[in-house]
Amino acid sequence: MTEEITLMKGNEAIAHAAIRYGVDGYFGYPITPQSEIIETLMEVAPWKTTGMVVLQAESEVAAINMVYGGAACGKYSMTSSSSPGVSLKQEGISYIAGAELPCLIVNVQRGGPGLGTIQPSQADYFQTVKGGGHGDYRLITLAPNSVQEMADFVGLGFDLAYKYRNPAMILTDGVIGQMMEKVKLPEYKRRRTEQEIREQCPWATLGKTPDREPNIITSLEMDSEIMEKRNIGFQEKYKEIEKNEVRYEALNCENADYILVAFGSAARICMKTIDLAKEEGLKVGLIRPITLWPFPGEIINKYADKVKGMLTVELNAGQMVEDVRLAVSGKTPVEHYGRLGGIVPTPDGVLDALKEKIVK
Amino acid sequence: MLQEIVIAGFGGQGVLSMGKILAYSGIMEDKEVSWFPAYGPEQRGGTANVTVIISDDLISSPVVNQYDVAIVLNQPSLDKFEGRVKPGGILIYDGYGVHKSTSRKDIHVYRVDAMEESMRMENTKVFNMIVLGGLLKLSPVVQLENVMKGLKQSLPERHHKLLPMNEKAIKRGMDIIKLERKAD
Repeated sequence: MTEEITLMKGNEAIAHAAIRYGVDGYFGYPITPQSEIIETLMEVAPWKTTGMVVLQAESEVAAINMVYGGAACGKYSMTSSSSPGVSLKQEGISYIAGAELPCLIVNVQRGGPGLGTIQPSQADYFQTVKGGGHGDYRLITLAPNSVQEMADFVGLGFDLAYKYRNPAMILTDGVIGQMMEKVKLPEYKRRRTEQEIREQCPWATLGKTPDREPNIITSLEMDSEIMEKRNIGFQEKYKEIEKNEVRYEALNCENADYILVAFGSAARICMKTIDLAKEEGLKVGLIRPITLWPFPGEIINKYADKVKGMLTVELNAGQMVEDVRLAVSGKTPVEHYGRLGGIVPTPDGVLDALKEKIVK
Repeated sequence: MLQEIVIAGFGGQGVLSMGKILAYSGIMEDKEVSWFPAYGPEQRGGTANVTVIISDDLISSPVVNQYDVAIVLNQPSLDKFEGRVKPGGILIYDGYGVHKSTSRKDIHVYRVDAMEESMRMENTKVFNMIVLGGLLKLSPVVQLENVMKGLKQSLPERHHKLLPMNEKAIKRGMDIIKLERKAD
């Protein structure tokens, strides 16, 4: 065992990874099941070491607008919340996407709708990948399935956000946020200097220099001709992201007769289902989208030719199943199994559903 | 080796921290571990519970519905989990918190009077360590020396003076756990 491996919750891993990545500011408001993120940050007190700002805002709305402000200055800015709190942030997220600013948002989902429960859920899939806020925008969406990925995706999220000047989201849930596993935290990176930020982000509003026009960051444009051009630009950027940034994991798919499609905590549960199915002589594989947007539709389509059916497993009433069906395009039956409102499906519950809905 | 363990009791009995120490000990042995709590309203009365998985291989699901070992420290927890022990698995209960044992005949049932023993030791805080000792006696998922290492890592340094007391409690648990009924 090396010194670096430690045991912690997914939420704690996010906090530590943020400090180590050199994040400039975290702005949040507590809500179960993600409060350990801000609690850990407050406990570690990085403002004394790296100079990172950690601020408990007066509300979720305030927090996302602080992120907007920080990001406009090119600073690594992030916020986190859980489902009801993320709903409150949607206006800000749409503005940030419209202003083409990079930032990281973490949603540790709980059961909804409304205040719902505090137990795990994946019912914010639609909200995250299909809009959430208004307008034609997209969120780069990462779905970790382990505490290790919670730590790793903080850096990945910021890297992608800055590469494309686009907000990124870590979409996770109470299972991954609350569970403890072994984790190897990333290496410490120094926070960027003001000069480095100027070089990396020529668009940032850090004060006008004599050699250029003022940088203006806004999502508002009164002239629809110009607004259409901007939107076309967004769409070109989104196409680029779809081309370059699809991430997924395919487990046991090569000789599978049936494929489960699941992300995050549901994918972990499905991994156990694969073993249970094997004991019964069923050849089951798993496709785990790591990026929910851009969605790994191509690989799902490829395997649709080879299998007798697919089952999506989600902690919701059937959301990602729509994207899987689009990808499969009728080539093989696609059904959905889920538990709702904060109930977590079990590995043999998934196997029973697979047999009932797909194997028959 | 794969051990799927649930520990359940009243909030405040040290269920979550016992699970945490177990998980830390697993890391000390270079094993894979996961610790998943019921973090909801159960924490405040009723049945707080945590699933701890210790394995030689990568752990798939942190959520399971059948356990190799169930440690139940109050009656509601026994009622909730007795049916979810794998046939041939182990159920451990505390005689003070559980007044009606299980009727299952296909599992090994053990009783550890940890609450009474902790009162005898005049330190009810070591209750969960006595229970942990009982588990280690039956199912050596982790070695005692690694539990002590795990404890040392999970406890802040200012509490390290408490380590000998915890070790004593674990050893007491190993001594006092007794078989109630072997599986048929």
